[in-house]
Amino acid sequence: MARESLAQILLTTILSGNFVLAMFLGMCPFLGVTHSVSVAFPLGLATTFVIVIASLSAYLLNWLLGMAHLEFLRLICYIVVIASAVQLVEMYVKKHHPALFRALGIYLPLITTNCAVLGVALFQTARDYNFAQSITFAIGGGVGFTLALTLLASVRERVELADVPEVVQGTVLVLMLAGVLSLAFMGFAGLGG
Amino acid sequence: MSGVTPSASLLAPPSTWEEFTEGMWKRNPVFVMVLGMCPTLAVTVSAVNSISMGLATTFVLAASCFLISVMRKMIPKEVRIATYIVIIATFVTVVDYAVQAISLDLYEALGAYIQLIVANCLVLGRAEAHAARNPPIPATMNAVGMGLGFTLALTMIGGVREILGAGAFFGIPLFGPHFQPWVIMVLPPGGFFVMAGWLLLFSILRRRAQLRTPAEAAAAEPSGASCHGA
Repeated sequence: MARESLAQILLTTILSGNFVLAMFLGMCPFLGVTHSVSVAFPLGLATTFVIVIASLSAYLLNWLLGMAHLEFLRLICYIVVIASAVQLVEMYVKKHHPALFRALGIYLPLITTNCAVLGVALFQTARDYNFAQSITFAIGGGVGFTLALTLLASVRERVELADVPEVVQGTVLVLMLAGVLSLAFMGFAGLGG
Repeated sequence: MSGVTPSASLLAPPSTWEEFTEGMWKRNPVFVMVLGMCPTLAVTVSAVNSISMGLATTFVLAASCFLISVMRKMIPKEVRIATYIVIIATFVTVVDYAVQAISLDLYEALGAYIQLIVANCLVLGRAEAHAARNPPIPATMNAVGMGLGFTLALTMIGGVREILGAGAFFGIPLFGPHFQPWVIMVLPPGGFFVMAGWLLLFSILRRRAQLRTPAEAAAAEPSGASCHGA
């Protein structure tokens, strides 16, 4: 597993192994904030930033905990570090982009409970990635997450104008669109594989 | 009916039995509140995986809600979320090691998704919205009910995916040797489609009921389509 080249990891995480569409990480913002591209895209970028920070700190932490033989504390340490990283991003966005802060609302602090962030930390540990591989995995995951969010938001903006039966509206429609997107992304299977 | 929101329940406390049954169906965490979608879609490739994931989540939910409820007057308001997360992470670590000890096959099938229970918005959502405001017994009953509702929903999705995608139910083959499995159902897109299918069915049923008794059904509208629990 740990022999994958960096290009392979990058391609896989963005396309065929997309975090949202193939691994189901980060479903809440995927279903919740994809009403419009102007909100989905910045949230994707903020999440990417947090994912990279989480990946870096998880790598360091894992090394430290491994030295101290405290592996059972791994999960608790990861989540605490991630929560602090999110707090930092939240403070930054609140000070410098207040409009964006209001648009993202509850979803910004909720990055803490975004499975994609914790998922990166856990999967890179499970797959024994080295430092460069972890960072590539994190960047690829973040870009893939942003891509999936932006795509779904664009599709939803267009579907707004369509005449959809009343029973299908809401979550059902979003899930069906996500299913079709996921089907499309399966076409990338084998790429970089 | 759905007037049993956390704020309304402060005015007229529901009985313990109502706390328990609330999460099973009327406010089902997956189908009505649309919480905890990541494990719902990721591990439901078979009924066994679904039920194990559901029970693991139920344990974490019940144990952390009990502890949070006991400690609710001691936890300072400013750091409550961090405290909840540390409590939840502790119980998830327990479950993680327990599953590893009970069945290694199951542990490998569920993979990192067991540890991802920490990031399940259902758990943090219930901790914040219910356990932090109620005494231990109702809080635990509510958590167990919600957990079982979650398990039920997961098994419903996992069952359909396993029957269609592998031609089996709980690993028992249902059809003859000529059955051509609908492989897409056990692949990621199948998760989205089966979940959408169940929601569509409930949406149609609710609409039927609405046409029959308009006033009553209007009150049974779903509370929302996002992860606003926390």
